[in-house]
Amino acid sequence: MEENRVLEMRGIEKSFPGVRALRGVDFSLNKGEIHALMGENGAGKSTLIKVLTGVYTKDGGRISMQGAEDIHINSPQDAQNAGISTVYQEITLCPNLTVAENMYIGRGKSRITKWKKMNEDADKILRSLDIPASASQQLASCSIAVQQMVAIARAVDMDCKVLILDEPTSSLDEQEVEKLFKLMRDLKSKGVGIIFVTHFLDQVYEVCDRITVLRDGGLVGEYAIADLPRVELVAKMLGKEMDDLSDIKGANAAYCGEDADDIVLEAEGLQSDAGIKPFNFHIKKGEVNGFTGLLGSGRSECVRAIFGADRILQGSVKMHKKEVKIKKPLDAMKNGIAYLPEDRKIDGIIGELSVRDNIILALQVLTGFFKPFSKAKAQAFAEEYIKKLNIKTASADTPIASLSGGNQQKVILARWLLMHPEYLILDEPTRGIDVGTKVDIQKLVLELASQGMSVTFISSETDEMIRTCSRLVVMRDRKIVGELSGDEVNQGRIMETIAGGEAKK
Amino acid sequence: MKIDIKKLLSNQLLIPITALVILCLVNLVNDASFFTIKLAPNNEGYNVFSGPLITILDYGSELAILAIGMTLVTAASGGQDISVGATIAIAGSAMLRVLCGGVSKPEALAAPIIVGFLVACIVGMLCGVFNGLLVSIFRIQPMIATLILFTAGRSIAAWINNNELPIVPDPKFKYFGGFIPGIPIPTTTFIAIACIVVAALLLKFTNLGLYTQAVGINESSSRLNGINPTFIKFLSFVILGLCVAVAALIKVSRLATINYSVIAKDIEMDAILAVALGGNALSGGKFNMWGSILGAYIIQFLTTTLYKFQVDAAALPAYKAVVVIILVVFSSPVVREKLSALSSKKKAAAKGVA
Amino acid sequence: MKKRVVAVLTAAVMAFSMAACNSGSAGSTTGGSTGGSTGGSTGGSESAAPAASSGELIKVGIINNDPNESGYRTANDKDLQNMFTTANGYDAKFAYSLKNDEQIQAAQGFITDEVDYLLLSAADTAGWDGVLKDAQAAGVKVTLFDRTIDADPSLYEASIVSDMAKEGQTAVDWLAGQGLSEYNVIHIQGVMGSAAQQGRSGALDAKVAAESNWTIVQQQTAEWNAEKAQQIVQSVIDSNTPFNVIYAENDDMAKGAVAALDSAGISHGVGKDVIVMGFDCNKWALEELLNQNWNYDGQCNPFQASYIDNIIKTLESGGTLDKKTIIMDEKGFDAATITQEDVDNYGI
Repeated sequence: MEENRVLEMRGIEKSFPGVRALRGVDFSLNKGEIHALMGENGAGKSTLIKVLTGVYTKDGGRISMQGAEDIHINSPQDAQNAGISTVYQEITLCPNLTVAENMYIGRGKSRITKWKKMNEDADKILRSLDIPASASQQLASCSIAVQQMVAIARAVDMDCKVLILDEPTSSLDEQEVEKLFKLMRDLKSKGVGIIFVTHFLDQVYEVCDRITVLRDGGLVGEYAIADLPRVELVAKMLGKEMDDLSDIKGANAAYCGEDADDIVLEAEGLQSDAGIKPFNFHIKKGEVNGFTGLLGSGRSECVRAIFGADRILQGSVKMHKKEVKIKKPLDAMKNGIAYLPEDRKIDGIIGELSVRDNIILALQVLTGFFKPFSKAKAQAFAEEYIKKLNIKTASADTPIASLSGGNQQKVILARWLLMHPEYLILDEPTRGIDVGTKVDIQKLVLELASQGMSVTFISSETDEMIRTCSRLVVMRDRKIVGELSGDEVNQGRIMETIAGGEAKK
Repeated sequence: MKIDIKKLLSNQLLIPITALVILCLVNLVNDASFFTIKLAPNNEGYNVFSGPLITILDYGSELAILAIGMTLVTAASGGQDISVGATIAIAGSAMLRVLCGGVSKPEALAAPIIVGFLVACIVGMLCGVFNGLLVSIFRIQPMIATLILFTAGRSIAAWINNNELPIVPDPKFKYFGGFIPGIPIPTTTFIAIACIVVAALLLKFTNLGLYTQAVGINESSSRLNGINPTFIKFLSFVILGLCVAVAALIKVSRLATINYSVIAKDIEMDAILAVALGGNALSGGKFNMWGSILGAYIIQFLTTTLYKFQVDAAALPAYKAVVVIILVVFSSPVVREKLSALSSKKKAAAKGVA
Repeated sequence: MKKRVVAVLTAAVMAFSMAACNSGSAGSTTGGSTGGSTGGSTGGSESAAPAASSGELIKVGIINNDPNESGYRTANDKDLQNMFTTANGYDAKFAYSLKNDEQIQAAQGFITDEVDYLLLSAADTAGWDGVLKDAQAAGVKVTLFDRTIDADPSLYEASIVSDMAKEGQTAVDWLAGQGLSEYNVIHIQGVMGSAAQQGRSGALDAKVAAESNWTIVQQQTAEWNAEKAQQIVQSVIDSNTPFNVIYAENDDMAKGAVAALDSAGISHGVGKDVIVMGFDCNKWALEELLNQNWNYDGQCNPFQASYIDNIIKTLESGGTLDKKTIIMDEKGFDAATITQEDVDNYGI
């Protein structure tokens, strides 16, 4: 086994200001092996990859190849020279050049000038890897999958011993994925060690030999694929240990008005252009539900469809049993739906505007273009919510961009609460904020629900959802695969449902 | 009253006001008569004010009006409209077409002045609609989109009047760019004030300012908050179109005729400069309308000062460029930060001594 | 819904204004063209008639600048259009561009079309050697009008130009003849470096340097722009500097200057405080002369068609030209002597 080893990483350390991104991570790769690197977002996968490819310089630890002495990778060029090649999720080639040009660009010294030879060489490689493209074809005219393969061919031709595929399948359809897997198996038989980063569990179990799981910058373990059932993989990725926060769900009485059974919103066959399968969904008054599933499973896309944030392709939405048309966010807002988006920076804050303007924005838009709030009124609104949500800001005039992440999130939350919505959608409200604020937000959600507000709560942290949600919609591969409620809402069932395939076996 | 130096330094209007003060000082030292205002009869026998300051107020007006629209376009779209001069030619030409009925030397007005002006407004706004559609719907960069009218506009203007140069026969038409009998202040001043008041009311009694800034800063986020970014961008171009029509009225009225190839030449650059001088980011987002308006008058102040100094004709653009470089560099965020750091250091040092 | 209403309304207004355009334009174009053609082409049309009757049309390709460029160019184009007609024995094709490369392309097109004569007003002086050699090889005779080029004179038959320096000299001589005791001149220049600016400025600069009682109060470019001229004169008025002459290098700028004088209550024109001088002989400018509001206007003759016609006639009849560069007659009009006839004949 040892002589088979192509790459060995030991005790890799990497810190960024305020974050220890990698803490003593070990990783090893054998010749002719496809090795999955798994972990939730922020687990340290991409940091590890970037250390290996020379994008980041490691703070500590050792890297060696083929059992030889330690090597030092300080730049992507070093990595290339050592035989490590990477194909990223986004195509990083030039679409306006030919396939051959893309394969040889920025490499040899004299090769690029001999066009004829370059094309012949490229064709040879493409044929040997069974890639359906010709050397003189413009890259843009190839499908995404073929472009991906060309990128791989480029990597392989550079005498690579280690090939890193960083989420290569996320923009491919099923047939294209099959083609890619075939190519991966070919390379494997040629002795290339492949590191495969993905969040599609099915794919891991289809092509991989071993799995390394990371969580919170640390190594969880390395497993042979046969020894690790899906449920356990999910458990290892999410981290089973429950933190010792009390079960706050019990602290707030559920809403029990006489209209408690009133269905606030009901969607049927809803589909947006963001690539999710049509889905049905409903929520009752005072209910807290959640969408769960791995990243990329389509949970954000579902709530965005409900809010009208993406273009709606089909489906109907009823509120209180009455059909409503929600084509754009303003329609949803008029119907009392509020949506705190997943990406705070891109979709949430209006950076240079003051905290006050950020708080009043949604209600102001709802009130109307010709009815601006007086300065005093806006100030009063802002101050009310700064106090209520305990937002730490110098004043209501401070630009929101200068606040910390958690406080920015509270401002966005205040924006939607000020609207007094009937149905509040929170997409990852706790991402990237400190533990104290996380608990505050969870408590707030339950409090709002007990007052009769319906809330959808999405979080990558399952324990948060278990603590807050009474019903969970489980998603996999962009469709709803199950619904859990009551006692079913527990780690075991959630992971089982997310993993899916296991249940069938 | 305590003056917070740091707050003062971070004020957006600091640069334009400083520039204004410096220009005033230079003129004061050079020749204090720069600030005298005379009341004397003009050739029509009415008493009117004159003097460099009146000249600045007069000729700065159309630039101030354009700066209003340009500020909104800049804020919403993060780009600039470079077709302003050409669209002034178009709107002005359309106005003359209506007033003179297509005859180059008519005996009498073919239509009331107000009709001519309204047509100019519609034509100006149509140009805005054209630019706005390209920018908002087709998502073409503003400078590229407006390049079309920038290139073709003056030919269109000439085509509207069959390349004739009509002269408006009614002396009343000259009031807009000159003086109304009995009123010694240039009419352009009143027109500018009216436009500024309308803009101020628009900003106060609608959410135009908030929406425009939100769209300029974060379009995606604005959309999720129910704002229609496409419409806001479009609207900003249409408003600029209206400003263009008003500026065209003044320009055409000054001489009661038009020269398609040179009317309002390069005025778009001055309008963009006015926005920048006002401390507004040309990349869009937050804006201060007052800064832009002040910037417009400062540019005119500079021009008048340079004429006063009898700068050599060939060197005039160079002088202007140098002044502009200084102003723009000083209003850049980098220099501001340095300045404000310097002041807080000084403050700390002062405290230390005390 | 609201948007749609607005759109329909605006479309309607546009349509209305277009209709108004068409109804009004017929009268004005004919009026303009008669005014333009009387200047040079009346004689030509009669002499050209026999050529037409012989049935053989002379093929000419005319490359000009865009007629929208200026009033001068509009008049120039109208003059050519009126001269080179089938009635006068010509089969003429026109190409317009302000860009040299497009003009060269057009020239090549005309050569391919086997025109007999190529008439050229070049946008730029450089870059014409190649295409003119092609023309010579193909037997196409080239005549330059209005603008010269940097090419070997053997490549073209003749060049018909205005002498801007002479225009300036005529104007300055006229001004010197006014016999003022002191000349305090506001000199408003055109776009710096243009041929017209250089010629018209040169004469005045030389005179001011030579005479002790000639002073330039303000010398500034208004870039052919009336409003800028207005501002420049305004700045002189504001500074209380005395002046008695405005020497503007085109009519537009003179007009702007006069607007500034009017608002300051300064009298101008024949026998008044300030002498106003302009160039180009726009019709409206000549009328100002006729009304004694201005004093002088120098011509920049756009009517080259009759000259060209004469050249072609001479060459067709086998004659030779006595000189290659033909400088056109250009007048200077004095408000004291101008007549309505002059306005009609020479106004552009």
